[in-house]
Amino acid sequence: MILVWLIGIFMGGGTAALILGQWNKSIPRWVALATALAGFLLVAIFWTNQYQMINTHPSSVWLVDFKRDWISSFGISFHLSIDGLSLLLLVLTCFLGILAVLCSWKEITERTGFYYFNLLWILAGVSGVFMAMDLFLFYFFWEVMLIPMYFLIGIWGSENRVYAAYKFFIFTQASGLLMFLAILGLYFIHGQNTGMYTFNYFELMETVIPSETGLWLMLGFMVAFAVKLPVFPFHTWLPDAHSEAPTAGSLILAGLLLKTGAYGMLRFVIPLFPAAAEQMALPAMILGVAGIVYGAVLAYSQTDLKRLVAFTSVSHMGFVLMGIFSFNELAFQGVVMQLVTHAISTGALFIMAGMIKERLHTRDMNQMGGLWSRMPKMGAVGLLFAMASLGLPGLGNFIAEFLILLGAFKASVWITTVAALGLVFSAAYSLRIVQKIFWGPQDGYGHIRDFSLREILVMTTLTLSIIGLGLYPQPVIDTAAPAINKLVLLLETDKTQVGKVTKPDTQQYLVKKYQESYVRK
Amino acid sequence: MNNLLWLIPALPLAGFLLLVAAGKHLSSKLVALTGVGSISLSALVTIMIGLNFLSSATDKETYHQTLWTWMDVGGFRPEIALSLDALSLVFVFVITFIGSLIHVYSAGFMAADKDYSRFFACMNLFVFSMLILVLADNLLLMYLGWEGVGLCSYLLIGFWYENPANGYAARKAFVITRIGDTAMALGLFTIYYQFGTLVMSEISANAASVWQPNTPIATVTALLLLAGGMGKSAQLPLQTWLPDAMAGPSPVSALIHAATMVTAGVYLIARMHVLFELSALAQMIVAGVGAVTLLVAGFSALTQYDIKRVLAYSTISQIGYMFLALGVGAWTAAIFHFMIHAFFKALLFLAAGAIIEALGHEHNMFKMGGLKDKMPLVFWTFLIGAASLSALPLISAGFYSKDQILWYAWASEKGSPILWFIAIFGAFITAAYTTRMMILTFWGVTRTEIGHHPGKLMTIPLIILAFFSVVAGFIELPHNFGHFTLFSDLLHRVLPSTVLQADESSEWKFQLLAFLATFGGIYLVFIYYYREPYKIERLRENSSFQSLYRFWHNGWGFDRLFDLVFVNPFVFIAQINKRDIVDRFYDGITSVTEHLYRLLSATQTGSLRWYIMGMVIGAIIILGLQIML
Repeated sequence: MILVWLIGIFMGGGTAALILGQWNKSIPRWVALATALAGFLLVAIFWTNQYQMINTHPSSVWLVDFKRDWISSFGISFHLSIDGLSLLLLVLTCFLGILAVLCSWKEITERTGFYYFNLLWILAGVSGVFMAMDLFLFYFFWEVMLIPMYFLIGIWGSENRVYAAYKFFIFTQASGLLMFLAILGLYFIHGQNTGMYTFNYFELMETVIPSETGLWLMLGFMVAFAVKLPVFPFHTWLPDAHSEAPTAGSLILAGLLLKTGAYGMLRFVIPLFPAAAEQMALPAMILGVAGIVYGAVLAYSQTDLKRLVAFTSVSHMGFVLMGIFSFNELAFQGVVMQLVTHAISTGALFIMAGMIKERLHTRDMNQMGGLWSRMPKMGAVGLLFAMASLGLPGLGNFIAEFLILLGAFKASVWITTVAALGLVFSAAYSLRIVQKIFWGPQDGYGHIRDFSLREILVMTTLTLSIIGLGLYPQPVIDTAAPAINKLVLLLETDKTQVGKVTKPDTQQYLVKKYQESYVRK
Repeated sequence: MNNLLWLIPALPLAGFLLLVAAGKHLSSKLVALTGVGSISLSALVTIMIGLNFLSSATDKETYHQTLWTWMDVGGFRPEIALSLDALSLVFVFVITFIGSLIHVYSAGFMAADKDYSRFFACMNLFVFSMLILVLADNLLLMYLGWEGVGLCSYLLIGFWYENPANGYAARKAFVITRIGDTAMALGLFTIYYQFGTLVMSEISANAASVWQPNTPIATVTALLLLAGGMGKSAQLPLQTWLPDAMAGPSPVSALIHAATMVTAGVYLIARMHVLFELSALAQMIVAGVGAVTLLVAGFSALTQYDIKRVLAYSTISQIGYMFLALGVGAWTAAIFHFMIHAFFKALLFLAAGAIIEALGHEHNMFKMGGLKDKMPLVFWTFLIGAASLSALPLISAGFYSKDQILWYAWASEKGSPILWFIAIFGAFITAAYTTRMMILTFWGVTRTEIGHHPGKLMTIPLIILAFFSVVAGFIELPHNFGHFTLFSDLLHRVLPSTVLQADESSEWKFQLLAFLATFGGIYLVFIYYYREPYKIERLRENSSFQSLYRFWHNGWGFDRLFDLVFVNPFVFIAQINKRDIVDRFYDGITSVTEHLYRLLSATQTGSLRWYIMGMVIGAIIILGLQIML
């Protein structure tokens, strides 16, 4: 029930903000803040309650489950369920939700009601994506987070916002439709095999799919997630969307929307199509490395601060892709850490970009410089997150990237060696941020104020989180462990199976099916 | 005493945190007190623990303290744990002791700077990182210190950030050392999968049973670690950042060159000596890198104008000696030279800083001169440091440490006549450039007037360091000259002794040759720069000499080469692809779609004739197709 509550809170809060916004411009932000705080408290309390359980009973993967029939004639149900992985991402969602509200506080002055409505509905959509265990419902939430984001960029973005919003929409929508086709394909294959037509994730996991069809269906899912993540060469919507979106939009895009891509791979691509995923492993890892290097090189050349940070996301998400397709515990845990820490570090950089823009009215780094002497607090924070972005040990991102590389090293020494180049390149672009903004000669800016109390609050929270995760990441690792272990186990049992098909219980059937397909070839 | 270990790094960290949090609101006295006090307390704790360790610990015992488990992922379980043995004790002592002297000096040197508290915060963090580096019980925690040192060097080299050149030097230092760090990270991965752990004592204990000697995997792993060491320790070809690192304030240079940072590579190789011993090739490469570096840097030092750049190149060269020693298996000799070098190099940098400040930020030695009588205290302390650097026989500490390395380069099982010859030739060059620096700075006519004299805060550290630059050598004397082995006895708890191939009785001949090399270098420069300076003038007119001089002056063109091969292509590719070529593909799709839509919408003319025409043509085609098929 708590899961429904969470979505309900966001959707209700959003609607309330919309309605109250008609009366007064500053009420919606308070409503939004209260909503986000309520959501955060809900999941945080749930996490602390469950934490003990997760540690003592690592075998029970699913923590809470909610299921009601929705459109039963098509086998569609309203099925929410979370494991440790989802829980972590939900905590992250609510945490960034609060920050998103706080960093819009002064920035958004137009149509505030509708703005916070969109913001909270994105959070609802993202939460739904992390919880849905019915593929139809999953697709529904996938769209719920897309459309408000389109408005957010299109209405409150900067100069080139319409172009960016269209691009974002078309990329995600086109790829989302491919996923929907794949979902339907899976639905019908399952129905034909068993006579039971259902969108239920757990049922569909048992589906026996001919290996070639499996590959195509997997690619359908993969394209949607690859565009979201984003994977090179599907990344080009991201710099535009990030740089044109309002600060909170960039924060949510980088912190949450990209993560849904990675989540989708972990939750759907691998469990539904383990054999096909294994076939994809090598190309996926190579694309991951391509993203790492390509993103980093492009980041280095940017002069627009937000665009630069956007390309660093491409690079960091390359690590995620490489980690996912390394198929081992170390890399998976690294991926989970990367999802969390990247959200914090990149989020912080976007928030900082927003703060700078508020003061200097530009994102062009060539017009900045020497800001350290004016804003030492921002300088220190900016430096810290530049360091996080280059993976300095002691900060959360290091744990993530180290674990991913360590895991990937097991899968492929050479790919990892090339990926390690990313460490050098990330140093180049991160230090360029510091140099261009905070160091160098200072120009006549007139009076610029350093952090306000609200900004200090936001940045302190982020700073403490990233350091805490860097020095003691165990809570995150422990929470994700059962889900990760199950994934590893799944891949291992899959390898021991005779053919490229899944499900231990119906092994006999599978073998027969496999032989049939073999004979046909 | 075990459980006080954490205090050693924690005190500088606390100083850092306090300064970051409240530095703005503290008076400059309190800032200095925090900065200096935290390191000094740390030094005191070190001495307490050290004395306890020396008196009570048995040979193989180490002090160990686990603070918490960093992470635990499926058997990968690195801890935040500290470990102190004889080797780390030497390093910790040097870091905290010399570090605190440098801090005291800084309190005077930086007094007028507006960012006083930021300076001490960075310095404290620097010392903290270095302490973690040498106290870590596993390679991952060491890597934290390793990269932390890189960060601090970046912050301090770029301390005066308003000048873009300083920022460039800082970035250069960070990025180049990161190349080494990345190689080292790959080394850690290999080690983890080979040994299933990153705890250094376990790796050392198991190495011989896991690896056969001289297998490729042993060599590759050792070389990856070496690459890490080469970055931090500024060895060829990753040395180019160090001369530029002079952009930072002088105490920073002292800290980087003496107590922290550049000695990290020496520590790493000594700490992982078991792995290196398993690969003769890797050790040979270590020695080779050291030998080549010490010569290359020596020649460059000979041609610099900037007094700090002379010292920078001399550091590269002296670390080269340490690598050479490590390569020939003279482990304790390398560490001994590290310690002595730390004393005299800190002294030289601090004294140079005092001179530079007194002359109103004049770095050029050719504009100094005649300071012998004007700054007698600085002169005498600098002289002692210089004597130690050029290994002036018998009275300087540098003699005792370098003589050992020269001897082992020949006599060790892994030594060779070539290595020895390079080393002794290097000694000759060292003496030459040191003398050149002394003569240009302190003798001759006064070219720049002195602004003000350094205060007590700055001179007292000089005196203490000068004292140690003489006395510290006496704790380790050659066998034919006292045969006192206090230092190596201590280190032999951790490091193996060197296997000799030559007869010890011949050592005196080599010592005599070392005497000659040093005095030869001094004499040569004395002639050319002091007694008959017209000779150097005449040499300067020779064009091939000029180009050689410029070549050396510019560090053998390494910067140019790297710019050409790596930096420029990278920047070029980044610049031309700024707008992301992949996006052009999607633009292409858009424009094709738009064209198609224009094409199709052009058919909507609104003219009835066209529509009827279209329908008729369509009907004909359909009918035609039906008839044909």
